[in-house]
Amino acid sequence: MRIAVCVKQVPDTTEVKVDPRTGTLIREGVPSIINPFDQYAVEEAVRLRDAAGGGEIVAISMGPPQARSVLIHSLALGADRGILLSDRGFAGADTWATALTLALAIKKAGEFDLVLCGMQAIDGDTAQVGPELAQLLGIPQITCVDKVDLDGKKVVARKLVDEGFEVLEAKMPVLLTFMTPSDFVPSNPPFSKISKAQKKPLETWGIKEVDGDPEKLGLKGSFTTVTKVYSPPRREKAVMLEGSPEEIARKLADILGKEGFF
Amino acid sequence: MADPIQVDLEKCTGCGLCVKACPFDAVTVVDKKAAIDERCVLCSACVQACPTEAIRIERREVKVDLSAYRDVWVFAEVGEGCAKGVSFELLGKASELAKELKQQVCAVLLGHEVRRYADILAENGAGRVFVAEHELLARYNTDLYSTVISGLIMKHRPNIVLFPATKLGRDLAPRVAATVGLGLTADCTGLSIHDGMLLQTRPAFGGNIMADILCPHTRPQMATVRPNVMPKPVPRRGMKAGIVDVPVKIDQKSIRVHVKEQVKTCAVGGKKIEESDVVVAGGRAACEGDGFEVLQKLADELNGVVGASRVAIDMNRKPKSVQVGQSGITVSPKLYVVCGVSGAIQHTVGMRGSKLVVAVNTDPGATIFEFSQYGIVGDLFQVIPALTAEIRKRKGR
Ligand SMILES: Cc1cc2nc3c(=O)[nH]c(=O)nc-3n(C[C@H](O)[C@H](O)[C@H](O)COP(=O)(O)OP(=O)(O)OC[C@H]3O[C@@H](n4cnc5c(N)ncnc54)[C@H](O)[C@@H]3O)c2cc1C
Ligand SMILES: Nc1ncnc2c1ncn2[C@@H]1O[C@H](COP(=O)(O)O)[C@@H](O)[C@H]1O
Repeated sequence: MRIAVCVKQVPDTTEVKVDPRTGTLIREGVPSIINPFDQYAVEEAVRLRDAAGGGEIVAISMGPPQARSVLIHSLALGADRGILLSDRGFAGADTWATALTLALAIKKAGEFDLVLCGMQAIDGDTAQVGPELAQLLGIPQITCVDKVDLDGKKVVARKLVDEGFEVLEAKMPVLLTFMTPSDFVPSNPPFSKISKAQKKPLETWGIKEVDGDPEKLGLKGSFTTVTKVYSPPRREKAVMLEGSPEEIARKLADILGKEGFF
Repeated sequence: MADPIQVDLEKCTGCGLCVKACPFDAVTVVDKKAAIDERCVLCSACVQACPTEAIRIERREVKVDLSAYRDVWVFAEVGEGCAKGVSFELLGKASELAKELKQQVCAVLLGHEVRRYADILAENGAGRVFVAEHELLARYNTDLYSTVISGLIMKHRPNIVLFPATKLGRDLAPRVAATVGLGLTADCTGLSIHDGMLLQTRPAFGGNIMADILCPHTRPQMATVRPNVMPKPVPRRGMKAGIVDVPVKIDQKSIRVHVKEQVKTCAVGGKKIEESDVVVAGGRAACEGDGFEVLQKLADELNGVVGASRVAIDMNRKPKSVQVGQSGITVSPKLYVVCGVSGAIQHTVGMRGSKLVVAVNTDPGATIFEFSQYGIVGDLFQVIPALTAEIRKRKGR
């Protein structure tokens, strides 16, 4: 059983604050974490590998040199090998160029039965890299999965859809994107596992190592161009309604009635 | 590999405006010159801020004839026995864009026996409807749908293609984008035409920043669009669309993912939370006693749906399908009444797009008030029943 897991380092958005004066993000002191959905993907990879009686889990991350820490984290959770895709030429990649880079790396790293991603990264919130990667690898995808099991050469996955959920089945190789189930508690590897993880194989690959065409990767290879970033128009401070519950109810009913809600 | 972002040291005056402008904390001034480190994601905020044009980002310049690509397409998502409301929102927006471009609006309709929806799509703005019917398309399948749509795009060369940012749309659109080799902007909340191009506006970082995105060199320009953001058009009764029959050549063998079981967790015929104009949401506080029934009564009066923060799902009070937030769904109703929810970012990312937010919380310091237009420091078990009664009274019952 060979499993590739794509993990991304993201700023902990719970800690991101906006500077009230300039309206820009304050990133100073904001911890970087493994994308929470990716953490679940790694833990599921470990469970599936062990259920299948062994194999290899390769954790792959594209990002600046410090993204190495999410690979160490993945190795501590039980992945066997890490690949850091780091090159200034990868920078500025949109989802297409990211998926292309990951696809090149995965092909280079060998044949896989499963490719696992998080459903979306909590910084960009696009949820596009998984499906794009699946298409570039030529394998089917099941997105928004919260439970998965193996049945011989097949995976059986529970996928959340707008109406409820579906249980889907596909022959491997297949790409899954994970959503965290509500009872998921991320495990925090103890120090002993982290120090063991430091000894596991972890390579850094650049454009050369993935046999990439610099014109097709990173910013140059991106089809979308961000022309402007700004803070969203700020909401006025909430108007606080006061009084007895009945008085409040009347004030609120005035507002909701005027807006045509009843 | 040369860094794509360069500071012209001759032009740089070390004024530091770029440092302030950078949302990623990647610029510092060292020895009176701007220095950019690897936290840079090439977002170009510094380029815009620089008064001396000292910062340059080298982008790919490709000259291709983009004028051969015409029309604004909308993928019409079909629900149970109807075209989904979000399809009409997209058609409304598409009509606006098409008018400005002097091009046509087309809807793309896939399924089994779906031709009957062509008229309602026409009434909502579609001038042409591509109809692809096949037994195997009755149920959504990523591979089949993406194959059919990619084929259509390559053959007819639209200028813009919009998909709803529903679970289905977000599964399908990136697959199509990667098949055709196109850019795709996710979950847009704003679309307009700028120098003849589609200017796509979307939130990122959990709604903490907004980004404007263009797709300068490739066509079609593709985006998924968040439901409940664009207003629905006023239907023009009796309008008819030109129908283009799409030949579909697919067979059982092209299905790689098989459905074994389908479970609907929301009541059949009931309104889906993503499509509801009104959501009344409850958190931990509503898990006490009959809290959610109290909220349901208000929702019923307002013709809305009840949503929940994650604790309510963990405590088995509400199904996962109504969990609002990061690991749940994103809603953007016209009215979001949020009761006994603290306002943790994992929850608020899912409701920030709501137009009017009313929060009820016993704690005057609760973060949720920062996301609300109206706040009530009070007990939901008192405030909500009083409001429900008041609305009933005013409705004359
Ligand atoms: C990876 C990850 C993903 C997550 N995804 C989600 C998600 O998708 N959706 C989500 O909601 N959460 C999510 N969470 C959890 C989230 O961080 C919060 O823990 C959760 O939203 C808290 O719910 P709450 O505000 O209802 O409860 P609490 O934080 O316990 O707050 C209860 C609030 O109710 C108020 N209150 C108490 N009694 C009353 C009363 N009688 N009347 C009025 N107010 C009262 C209190 O003052 C308090 O503010 C996620 C967390 C993680 C780590
Ligand atoms: N730079 C990256 N390195 C590794 N994996 C990534 C990267 N970007 C995205 N992914 C994977 O794709 C998923 C979806 O990301 P996104 O499409 O950016 O929301 C993430 O949860 C990761 O599994």
